[in-house]
Amino acid sequence: MSPTTAVVTGLGIVAPTGLGIEEHWQAVLAGKSGISRITRFDPSEYPTKLAGEVAGFTAKGRVPGRLIPQTDHWTHMALFAAESSLADAGVDPTELPEFEMAVVTSSSSGGTDFGQHEMERLYQNGPSWVGAYQSIAWFYAATTGQISIRHGMRGPCGVICAEQAGGLDAIGQARRLLRTQSQLVVTGGTDSSLCPYGLVAQLPTGLLSTSDSSDRAYLPFDTDAAGYVPGEGGAILVTERETTASARGLGKGYGTILGYAAGFDQSERTDRKPVLASVIRRALDDAQLNTADIDVVFADASADPKQDLVEAEAITEVFGARGVPVTAPKTLTGRLFGGGAPLDVATALLALRDGVIPFTAGPNRLANGIEIDLVLNTPREAQLRHALVLARGYGGFTAAMVVGKGDRAAS
Amino acid sequence: MTRQVAITGVGVVAPGGVGRENFWGLLTAGRTATRAISLFDAKDFRSRIGAEVDFDAKAAGLTAQEIRRMDRAGQFAVVCAREAIADSGVDLTGMDPGRIGVSIGSAVGCTMGLEEEYAVLSDGGKRWLVDHTYGVPHLYGYMVPSTLAVEVAAEVRAEGSVGLVSTGCTSGLDAVGHAVQLIEEGSADIVIAGATDAPISPITSACFDAIKATSPNNADPEHASRPFDGTRDGFVLGEGSAVMVLEDLESAKARGAHIYCVVGGYASRSNAFHMTGLKPDGREMAEAIRVALAGAKLNASDVDYINAHGSGTKQNDRHETAAFKASLGHRAYEIPVSSIKSMVGHSLGAIGSIEVAACALALDRQVVPPTANLHTPDPECDLDYTPLTARDHKMDAVLSVGSGFGGFQSAMVLARH
Amino acid sequence: MSKFDLDDLRAIMRESAGVDEDIDLNGDIADIEFTELGYDSLAVLELASQVQRKYSVPIPDDAVHEMLTPRAAVDYINKQFSIAGV
Repeated sequence: MSPTTAVVTGLGIVAPTGLGIEEHWQAVLAGKSGISRITRFDPSEYPTKLAGEVAGFTAKGRVPGRLIPQTDHWTHMALFAAESSLADAGVDPTELPEFEMAVVTSSSSGGTDFGQHEMERLYQNGPSWVGAYQSIAWFYAATTGQISIRHGMRGPCGVICAEQAGGLDAIGQARRLLRTQSQLVVTGGTDSSLCPYGLVAQLPTGLLSTSDSSDRAYLPFDTDAAGYVPGEGGAILVTERETTASARGLGKGYGTILGYAAGFDQSERTDRKPVLASVIRRALDDAQLNTADIDVVFADASADPKQDLVEAEAITEVFGARGVPVTAPKTLTGRLFGGGAPLDVATALLALRDGVIPFTAGPNRLANGIEIDLVLNTPREAQLRHALVLARGYGGFTAAMVVGKGDRAAS
Repeated sequence: MTRQVAITGVGVVAPGGVGRENFWGLLTAGRTATRAISLFDAKDFRSRIGAEVDFDAKAAGLTAQEIRRMDRAGQFAVVCAREAIADSGVDLTGMDPGRIGVSIGSAVGCTMGLEEEYAVLSDGGKRWLVDHTYGVPHLYGYMVPSTLAVEVAAEVRAEGSVGLVSTGCTSGLDAVGHAVQLIEEGSADIVIAGATDAPISPITSACFDAIKATSPNNADPEHASRPFDGTRDGFVLGEGSAVMVLEDLESAKARGAHIYCVVGGYASRSNAFHMTGLKPDGREMAEAIRVALAGAKLNASDVDYINAHGSGTKQNDRHETAAFKASLGHRAYEIPVSSIKSMVGHSLGAIGSIEVAACALALDRQVVPPTANLHTPDPECDLDYTPLTARDHKMDAVLSVGSGFGGFQSAMVLARH
Repeated sequence: MSKFDLDDLRAIMRESAGVDEDIDLNGDIADIEFTELGYDSLAVLELASQVQRKYSVPIPDDAVHEMLTPRAAVDYINKQFSIAGV
């Protein structure tokens, strides 16, 4: 490990599977789904009626009262997750150099619910009805800005948008900063687009599941795969330089960010082949690891039959047919957009910690041509050293990240 | 050794004219492109002024399908990318697509498309449960700002790192900074980088009305954007895009490319103070400037021109004047400073890249663009802001800065090669 | 009797700008500056615009500079009522 190796020292989880690390992790191991009929609004008239809502989350009591009306639900969740994550890391930001702490989050669609409310006031009543907070709540940088202010982090803060792949890109950027200018970076992301316009905007892609059966709606790699279920939430990670973490006796924390690569897929619009396999290879090279060193793959698992096949073929191309266990706990949460990949990274780190691969709840019959070892039905115990996390975002974004086992024991 | 990054192509869509040379013509003439908003009916708004682009998508070369698919911000970016690539003379088809990256900045993404469709699906705001049967095919592309990067990546067939950077009004500077990092660390050999925003729509205008950030000088739109002037009363909302070709300096030299400048250094800091408010001392911007200069291995005395954020709000212009003094010392008094927002308005995330484009052109042509509308000195803004008239000036290194909602403060040093 | 009193303001503050956990809005807050109560300039702008909408009384741009404390805000708002002849 080099002094600037990126170590994950804190996790803050706000997910349909639970609030907090252990609640989420136990739900994942038990295959307890957070997907149910949408309660935030009446979805009756829409073809998609299911979502992964974070049922137990209310901002009151978890977010400073003054910040609640200023920010969207997506930022509320991130503020809570960031605070939890910093507490989990046992770090006091006032004790670190202010310019050497940064915040880098991913956002897919910004403050969607807040924005729809303000547009409604504008179109119903006129411009003077748009509130002062619209200027700071809707835009994609709201979460990073609020976390930076709340915790006094004055380093090179940023925001990356790449739909579902953006979470890995944000963590990749955090690692880049740890190698150069920063000691600690709060990273990851959350998203929430569970308002009518946020849901409806996704419908024309044809990628959403329209099933009403919560345990059969999101079935990646299955013969019955018919789209994804949207969800909300995500994870905020505290990443630090190895030296900074060691100074507090944290060693390798939950684990290390060993490799990252990003690419862009043109296969849907040109005759180029998909880039996922080459992105995986670049991430492995970046981590200086071989395929044999990877013990589990957390799949992007779009549940679009064509994209499932692309992903399975890439995994098979790199690791061989059924050459590595693959899992997709996101079937319990739905796709979380900017929050999805950070939650997968958090879950992967917990899997490494406990030596157990969570199973993919839902699928039971793999589609033709899917030659992967998808972990089904029950968690699989294994000696785990490294996990590979994959993420793809709408339009072609493709990213891969390799994380290594840390030395933090379950509390 | 770290690789150096050259800017070899520049494409601009800005108020006052489409295309790089129209843009430069406007700047050097000191003309303003601010006017009464025509993009929507603004009669009920506090600020009814905008810096609009007279943009004919078809004349700009976009196909019928591109025009249907892309929101205005996307159209701007793709037109700019084409101009930049043609300008650089680079043959992307001969390159490994995996080594081509894209880094696009935007503060508000495809807000215009998103809002126009909202108005339809909600039937004029009447339906909270918006009517999904009216959803256009590309609606999700408007919801996610990453679409803007997708469109540019599709245009250039990039298969390397592609991303959309969204740090409010520093998005454009940060997107170019991100591109520089990708090339320096070896993740890409060439990155199509810049930013785009098309925020002159009712919802964005209304949100700036609500916080009284935009100028209410509706009687005199041409003179409403008055950075550093004692009578300034807010920024004028603009729109536009600039996209540039950034490449590894050695490769650019090897193919005999025209090199506008190299990006010497870049840094970003946050004030962790307030989402919209600025402390008068400019401390975090000053730190970003110092780090950017150190990255360029230059001293304050090497800076020959500052392209200011200069938004024309009371607090911003005072804030950055303090930042220039804190970071550059007496040098701040010796060199020209200017704000092109006086002429092209403030296009939120896009303006940072438009200002980098202006710096590249300024270095290349050795002319400092002026600050238009600057007649009344402000005792708190006491530097040489290059009032009214462009100036021939010998420049080897220039500084461009930006400041954004969320507390972002960014600085970039560009140098002649 | 004034048209708009401190309790009206308290209601708007709670509703539109949220409450800092360490502040008792029911307490004697009339002469404490908004910034000390946890309300920044955006919050005061939001208060002003809520008053404007709820009571249909115009609040000029410079209100923020006048409304430094809850008492000043109540006075200022009542002055606007009388100017508007409401």
